[in-house]
Amino acid sequence: MSPAVLEGKNIVRDYHVGGGLFRPSRTVHAVKGVSFSVEKGKTLAIVGESGCGKSTLARIITLIDPATSGELFIDGHKVDIAKHGLSKEMRRKVQIVFQNPYGSLNPRQKIGDVLGEPLLINTDRPADERRDLAMKMLKKVGLGPEHYNRYPHMFSGGQRQRIAIARALMLNPSLLVLDEPVSALDLSVQAQVLNLLADLQDEFKLTYVFISHDLSVVRYIADDVMVMYFGEAVEYGSRDEVFADPKHSYTKTLFAATPRADVASIKARLAKKKAA
Amino acid sequence: MPLLEIRNLTVSFDTAAGPFMAVQGIDLSIEPREVLAIVGESGSGKSVAMLAVMGLLPNTATVKADRMAFDGIDLLKLGPSERRKIVGKDISMIFQEPIASLNPCFTAGFQIEEVLRFHMGMDRAQRRARAIELMTLVGIADPEERLNSFPHQMSGGQCQRVMIAIAIACNPKLLIADEPTTALDVTIQKQILDLLVSLQAKYGMGLIMITHNMGVVAETADRVIVQYKGRKMEEADVLSLFESPKSNYTRALLSALPENAVGDRLPTVSDMLFEPAPSATGIGSASGATS
Repeated sequence: MSPAVLEGKNIVRDYHVGGGLFRPSRTVHAVKGVSFSVEKGKTLAIVGESGCGKSTLARIITLIDPATSGELFIDGHKVDIAKHGLSKEMRRKVQIVFQNPYGSLNPRQKIGDVLGEPLLINTDRPADERRDLAMKMLKKVGLGPEHYNRYPHMFSGGQRQRIAIARALMLNPSLLVLDEPVSALDLSVQAQVLNLLADLQDEFKLTYVFISHDLSVVRYIADDVMVMYFGEAVEYGSRDEVFADPKHSYTKTLFAATPRADVASIKARLAKKKAA
Repeated sequence: MPLLEIRNLTVSFDTAAGPFMAVQGIDLSIEPREVLAIVGESGSGKSVAMLAVMGLLPNTATVKADRMAFDGIDLLKLGPSERRKIVGKDISMIFQEPIASLNPCFTAGFQIEEVLRFHMGMDRAQRRARAIELMTLVGIADPEERLNSFPHQMSGGQCQRVMIAIAIACNPKLLIADEPTTALDVTIQKQILDLLVSLQAKYGMGLIMITHNMGVVAETADRVIVQYKGRKMEEADVLSLFESPKSNYTRALLSALPENAVGDRLPTVSDMLFEPAPSATGIGSASGATS
């Protein structure tokens, strides 16, 4: 068994909603004690509906927000950004790709600068080296050197998501958090981006935390699956276990709600309609 | 007689680089009580074709068709004010972003009653009663309370239900749903699709589902039109489309579904589409079709 790149033990996150003059303050329990571990080169998928705490968990894993309690280990080191802040090393190791590629790129920044910026901030590489690395990364994600000087509005949604992935990979991270990276994309473009993610995972031995509400995508890409519901991990296991034998009622609801595109279920639906 | 009949519809937009053809000669017809799905990627002209029917395109668009008739009325000859009497009453449309399509300044109740006042000329008490009836029909709990809610006080699924309530307020003959569930969660998506299909069956409406999700097509449609780059690639009933797709593009689209993945790689549309010569159905220029 290869060592766990990411491990969380009993992670809790509460938000305090401040009260007003006549309103008492209250606490929202966004994540209620979630534990998980991901081995190197594997993919953990986190599934759940909006408001179930999956994005909160993503922010904790990406070291953007601290957890209220619980322990987070990255590459075997305990990380607690609330107490000790964040080292440059840690910042390099974990990167995130957001859902909406239209919102996550600065419209006034050229693609070359988008890709060079992580290096500029986190390393002291000279400008020409940064340029070379950015060019190389553009090719890796299936774009060309001619895209270096273009602005984000000149790209399609799929290309922008490639740029966002490229930016996340600039610092050679070991862990990549993907927050619904394909849900804003068309089916055919989605397939291309998923292939790209699979290729990059093989090439760089990346570990993915893949957040999604699309079960068919999860089934394709994940090794382990965690289903979250109201801040709790109601189901956690290998992909085959979860898909073959969902235990929690919410997981079953989720499976039942996913549209099925196979011939047998269409036939069943049409027969039912005729009978009605 | 078909409910909506379109022959050779062309829509072009004037741009700085000359006219851009968004829809290039689409034929389409839908019978009463039928569920038709139009599938395609973004940019395939599926929404634009329906917006042309509704008369909602901006001034830069030029709409040409040999025939565009709704329920025997020639839509091409109608002036704006006559068209307005049909649109929103006999043909209505639901859009993709429920929260963005509602007016944030007015309550849900006001926005439902607005349609009733304009098209049905109901008085205040009738409007309120009908609005409560509609809210119940689309499955909103506490309809009387919710009439006074603003869009920002409701979830995405609830806003979409309000949109549906507005769309079916005047018992339309044809309902056009433009990606009604793309912005919603899977569980909510299921509820909204079930709601649309049950309303369609209950009131005998024609329903046009515009979507890029093959799962949604499989769950709702009777007949499917596949569109690509403004042209019709294929038209078939839902079962034969999934069983034996005829055009290369449909086959590519179906194999790009993650659940159909064979081995490690997902086949992408460009893999399938452009290596063998494009089929006789005629795909325009192949360049620029990849992401």
